[in-house]
Amino acid sequence: MHPNTTKNGAMSVNSKLTRRRFIKGVIFSGAAATTGTGIYLAANAQSGQSSAERLITLNVNGRERRVDVLPTETLANTLRYKLNMTGTKIGCNRGECGACTVLINGVPNYACSVLTQNVKGKEVVSIEGIKDSDGTLHAVQQAFIAENSPQCGFCTPGQVMSAVALLNSNPRPTKLEAAAAMSGNLCRCGAYEHYLNGVMRASGQLA
Amino acid sequence: MSTHIGKDFIPPDVAGKVTGEIKYAEDYKREGMVFARLLTSPMPSGRVVNIDTSEALRMDGVIGVFTADDLPPVAPPGNPALASEYVTYVGQPILAVAAISEEIAESAIDKIRIDFERRDFVVDPIESLSPGGSNAYPEGNVLVRTSEEGPEGAPIVGAEIRDIKWPQSAIDAIKSGSEPVGGEFTTEWAFGDLDAGFAEATHIIEEPFVTIGYAHHSLEARTGMAYWENGKCYFHGSSQSQSANNAGLARMLGIDLADLVFINEATGGGFGSKIGPYPFMAITGNFARVLNRPVQLRITREQEFYIGSARSGMQGWIKVGVKDNGKVTAVDLVIVNDGGATGGGSGNSSAQHVTVAYQPENMRYRGISVYTNTTPRGAQRGPGQNEMASVLAPMTDKIARAIDMDRVAFRKVNVLDSDGFEGGSQGPVTSAFVREALDQGARTFGWDEKLALPKGNGSKVRGIGVGIGYHGAGGRGYDGLLRIAPDGRLFIHSGVGNLGTYSYAGTCRAAAEALQIPWERCEIVHGRSDKHLPHSSGQGGSNTIFTHTRTNWVAAQDAITKLKEIAANDLGGSANDYVIGDERVYQSSDSSIGLTYAQAAQRAMELGGKYSGQEFPDDINPLTQLAVQGLAGSGLIGVAKDNIPGQGQPPGVVVGFCEIEMDKDTGKFEILDYTAIADCGTVVHPKNFDNAMRGGAVWGVGMTALERHVYDPQNGLPANTGLYQNKPPTYLDVNLNTKMGAVNIPDPQNPTGGRGIGEPTQGASAAALASAISDALDGHLFNSTPTTTDMIVNHLAGNTYSTKSLKTNTF
Repeated sequence: MHPNTTKNGAMSVNSKLTRRRFIKGVIFSGAAATTGTGIYLAANAQSGQSSAERLITLNVNGRERRVDVLPTETLANTLRYKLNMTGTKIGCNRGECGACTVLINGVPNYACSVLTQNVKGKEVVSIEGIKDSDGTLHAVQQAFIAENSPQCGFCTPGQVMSAVALLNSNPRPTKLEAAAAMSGNLCRCGAYEHYLNGVMRASGQLA
Repeated sequence: MSTHIGKDFIPPDVAGKVTGEIKYAEDYKREGMVFARLLTSPMPSGRVVNIDTSEALRMDGVIGVFTADDLPPVAPPGNPALASEYVTYVGQPILAVAAISEEIAESAIDKIRIDFERRDFVVDPIESLSPGGSNAYPEGNVLVRTSEEGPEGAPIVGAEIRDIKWPQSAIDAIKSGSEPVGGEFTTEWAFGDLDAGFAEATHIIEEPFVTIGYAHHSLEARTGMAYWENGKCYFHGSSQSQSANNAGLARMLGIDLADLVFINEATGGGFGSKIGPYPFMAITGNFARVLNRPVQLRITREQEFYIGSARSGMQGWIKVGVKDNGKVTAVDLVIVNDGGATGGGSGNSSAQHVTVAYQPENMRYRGISVYTNTTPRGAQRGPGQNEMASVLAPMTDKIARAIDMDRVAFRKVNVLDSDGFEGGSQGPVTSAFVREALDQGARTFGWDEKLALPKGNGSKVRGIGVGIGYHGAGGRGYDGLLRIAPDGRLFIHSGVGNLGTYSYAGTCRAAAEALQIPWERCEIVHGRSDKHLPHSSGQGGSNTIFTHTRTNWVAAQDAITKLKEIAANDLGGSANDYVIGDERVYQSSDSSIGLTYAQAAQRAMELGGKYSGQEFPDDINPLTQLAVQGLAGSGLIGVAKDNIPGQGQPPGVVVGFCEIEMDKDTGKFEILDYTAIADCGTVVHPKNFDNAMRGGAVWGVGMTALERHVYDPQNGLPANTGLYQNKPPTYLDVNLNTKMGAVNIPDPQNPTGGRGIGEPTQGASAAALASAISDALDGHLFNSTPTTTDMIVNHLAGNTYSTKSLKTNTF
């Protein structure tokens, strides 16, 4: 189980030290060096590289939000980890699945592939921002409930956002138009028909 | 007249899913939480010689490193959470680093230096079986079970790794599509008289086949977040199951069952890859204990490809004999599974599919699962059964055509019925109505009408196909637990996981039905083990509907008995004099004499003992015992183990009918029609039945047309780790007007009549599509799953691309 038990002697660890002991020794010295600041930082937005962060103002769901962001920080991470809006899901973090879809100036975007610094001055709408102010669910959300559209639900916020964007630009899409518009949103459970039925219902095309 | 079963309702978690408010494991935070990331193997096979973490640990914000040495050792062939000495696939976790941010943890990973020694690797099982072929493990290349196989998803126990090589003649034979005479197998069974069966046959086909494994790629990568308080571990996990995790996870953490709180309100897909506590969970929980801090371990999409499990691939050979009347007389089947790094082949399940489809009088199965230096393999939606369904369907069509028999009629002659059997042990089934499903499907689809239509002309050609999907669909012996509260409301405690099938909710309807209580007066209690959840099956193997309508039913029966006893005690007469209705228990001769559920629950609390959970049956699981103890004194408690008598495997069967239009210039096709009919007993929750049927249809398209592992055989590197390259079906790949139905004949061994249906939905779709592709090409057999566009266009161009020797993983 340990490098020092093998025959050919190619290893470079001290043969008296198992990997367990070797690593443990380093862990505790390392941990000691960060004690004190670690918990505070972890509890406050986990910004270990605070010197690189810049305080910017975002418009999210109609509210001004002041937030420290890294130059390399994606909007998905800012929403989830800085603004505590965990409705935006990270399915792939590389622009393949659409689970993180948000609207930027009304256009659906993958939040995992947008740098937060680049949405300054733009209107960001996430899944948390489409309900009416009185709490009434958006027509798409109501329709998705009625059609039992989600299965596991992990892609659902992204599907909702794409459907909302579609209906904003095309209030009565055909099923095929809807499929094309939402084809950037993967559903691994394969609930596509249920989402499309939801779009049809939300657009008043289902009895 | 049922009040709940067979009726639609809205599961309580749907709203949270459309608002984003429902929480998955990675949506939780905790004061002082740190983030862990994995360092994974860059090579398919090697030995870890040295790990130097010193530079990483000097970084600001890095909290610690966790390696295999921090975990109990796992002897081969177990799949360790972290590699110890040997790495056996690209992407195998070697260590985890915790830091105060994910970014820092990632940066720290870059600073860790590992010295490896390279070893020979292998990505193709036939190559490993060849004389002089490489072995994926130092100990050998084949997992040999030394005790009976457990249920799907269960940890491998009683097994060892051996080095098995075949003679070159056997290798040459299987590569050229013949019986690999002289090859050694690790699983063999037979029934009947094979030689006599083939002698009886008037037509015999012999075909080779290959199916390629592929990643589950659940959309939620398997995140965990854990913290410890007062000796208890609070674990936010991503699992298909709830209670089925507790015992195994507690063992991984070295704690008592009572000291684990497993929290899993929702899970972003599993498909077989998250049935039980997977090894990776050990890292999160133990790292949190070592650091004495909450740890969130979120993995990347690429890592989910690596450790998120995959379907096994197979290379095989089949020989089928048939009489002129269409009855299959004999089957001889050989399967070499690509077991990846965990040896998880499912050939026996593939053979089981053949028994269900053909009900042969004589059959032999020989199988071997070979390790390759590719990702771990495990259960994936109908493991074995569904990929076999996909390659078997066009072969079945070929046999039917050989005896000039309609393809649907041929299946009706041979398929499982209530008196039939499944598997090599020829075990009975609870009931089966597949012929009825085939008739219903053929009518709905318009099989005869479509057969009569012209095939097409020019570059567009039509094909129609039919297929069968099968999986066992139910278990027995788990526990049900519920509570009638002093306000008369019913709280149904479910230990069933929430993986997106809504079966956790649908099965609770059985309790409401039995107690004749409106759904608005019921609440499902689920999602975290400190809510006092009973022992439940793992949510795998399509079992939940059968298994847990039964547990909730028996718990309700226990509650009804107690209601009647309390009423008799208070109001006179014997318990048998009482009936229930309108949320009351009352005398059958005078309905004015009775108690409301609320009054009875209050009386249960006053009477104590078994009525309010201070006493409980001695045959319930320890987890259920803990749950009852937690509820004791809070109302009328119904608790029971499912001891409903009966025997046999509840089958889940779906038949699919598919029509495609293929473009002969490009090899692409469009699915014009897909019709699926289920034989799953009574449909418990119609709307959710639709979800299962449509989702499975999508999965079938992925299997037969799109998804596969691709490894570079020269370097052992995976070529398609991402979703985009793995090609799970999108909106644009599938039929968007699925027609579906169910035979809807109740199963006699379930009080609600229901059986499961999750997995066969895919098998039927995969098989029907494969059958339609073959039909569009005048019966050409690719004998390969998936059959990709390039294979089709090469076939049409007369190239031999698709007929070269069988390979999994590579192309």
